[in-house]
Amino acid sequence: MVNTKVELCGITLDNPVIPASGTFGFGYEFASLYDINILGTFSFKGTTKDARFGNPTPRIAECTSGMINAVGLQNPGVDKVISEELPMLSNFFNKKVMANVSGFSVEEYAYTCEKLDKCDQVGWLEVNISCPNVHGGGMSFGTDPEAAAEVTRAVKSVTKKPVILKLSPNVTDIVAIAKACEKAGADGISLINTMLGMRIDLNKKKPIIANKMGGFSGPAIFPVALRMVYQVSSAVEVPVIGMGGVSSAEDVIEMMLAGATAVEVGAQNLVDPFACKKIIESLPSVMEKYRIENLNDIIGAAHNG
Amino acid sequence: MMQSVLRKNEMKQSLFQITENTKLTENVMRMRLKGDTSAITAPGQFINIKLDGLFLRRPISVCDCEGDTVTIIYKIVGKGTEQMSKMQSGTLDILTGLGNGYDLSKSGEKPLLIGGGVGVPPMYLLAKKLREEGKEVSIILGFNTQNEVFYEEEFKALGCKVYVTTVDGSYGTKGFVTSLFDSIEYSYTYSCGPEPMLKAVHKASATSGQYSFEERMGCGFGACVGCSCKTVTGYIRICKEGPVLEKEDILW
Repeated sequence: MVNTKVELCGITLDNPVIPASGTFGFGYEFASLYDINILGTFSFKGTTKDARFGNPTPRIAECTSGMINAVGLQNPGVDKVISEELPMLSNFFNKKVMANVSGFSVEEYAYTCEKLDKCDQVGWLEVNISCPNVHGGGMSFGTDPEAAAEVTRAVKSVTKKPVILKLSPNVTDIVAIAKACEKAGADGISLINTMLGMRIDLNKKKPIIANKMGGFSGPAIFPVALRMVYQVSSAVEVPVIGMGGVSSAEDVIEMMLAGATAVEVGAQNLVDPFACKKIIESLPSVMEKYRIENLNDIIGAAHNG
Repeated sequence: MMQSVLRKNEMKQSLFQITENTKLTENVMRMRLKGDTSAITAPGQFINIKLDGLFLRRPISVCDCEGDTVTIIYKIVGKGTEQMSKMQSGTLDILTGLGNGYDLSKSGEKPLLIGGGVGVPPMYLLAKKLREEGKEVSIILGFNTQNEVFYEEEFKALGCKVYVTTVDGSYGTKGFVTSLFDSIEYSYTYSCGPEPMLKAVHKASATSGQYSFEERMGCGFGACVGCSCKTVTGYIRICKEGPVLEKEDILW
């Protein structure tokens, strides 16, 4: 019997597999397909202080082994998330959920996190300082160490729940950002958000995405994500959640070898709604194949020697 | 609300066997697929097809569904449909039961169906169901030119009154689909086609109706909110609460 349990900021996960924010909504679409209690947890749709429609369409473009999205943080706003989405979620998900939060000012991040801090269902706050699809917010906090630290401090001051900062890969030195967050009190780091990319329609000779650019995700970015997880996890003491192009149990193991304590699965959920179920079900046999008895033994193992 | 959210059989993922893939016009193909069609419950729904080597699935509307066979008609417009056009056999991983589809209960006795180009296919299953209910169905098929015309005979065989318009006048009535509105008696409209056509129908039609929309999709089942659209009643996902919207809900 292999052990797939890991501990993420004081909460035990049955397995390290976590559907990533923005690819799993608030769980319903998937709960009608399979029992989502098999997940480690999931990170719900990025939530802001006020309701947002997001960007104009088209918001989606295909790429080789991946996709670009420019949804722009469409969500019903934190009050509705708390009054409608979370009560609904409690009908079919009995584990702690990860609340993904975004904002356009330090005060907004703190406001939204303070509200979610009061929700028992929420286990962790994943603070997104890396959304590439909104102006004047999101990623602008994740590309400057001081701004990232400021958001971290503001959120930490309003919650007792573990605070995980979700970082952008669209920076020169992601390690500096991660260290600044850790120093400011972050309980964990998750990375990577999508990479800024674009596609142009040859017929129309214009960008496919209405917002021109968007976040590139999918298997194509896995090596970049893995490299950044490796770099960040060797520079910080707090747990790291690895994500970016993960689509198989093998990818989960590779991310953990690079230093991830848990692993988020994003774009793959959109092309295969059963992706996380398949990964979780195949994890024990893939572990056996690579002679891994306990996943905790391999976290960061690639750093040794 | 829970019941609707967790309705089982909402969507299914299964393998379908290609049984036919034939050319209808220069760049329009018809594919027939055999498999578990139980999730397909209304005309106007779509299926989402996984193709080797391509990341996103291809959403294509259901043209017909009979027993264990689903028929789709698609235009070759890019890599995915090009790849599909070359498949004569084999299996495809498909999500079925996607989208709301048309509501037949509002048709009245003389529904008018309007299909433009590759907006024609979903009208077939709709016409078939309306005919089964004994409705007097008229359909306008709009194309750019004569060699793009398809399915005129198939709709006639269902017992529909069929009108064809071509923009260049090379076949049928010259002009847009709306040019025939005044000469047809109808109780309700159902349409599918390019957005400018839908807009024209919306403006020119004398009755209420249902309109099927297209948008670039990520997942096709509501998870990514890539295909959101503003309506009178709020935000909807074209893939989930759509693709069919009622006239009164459209912000035009």
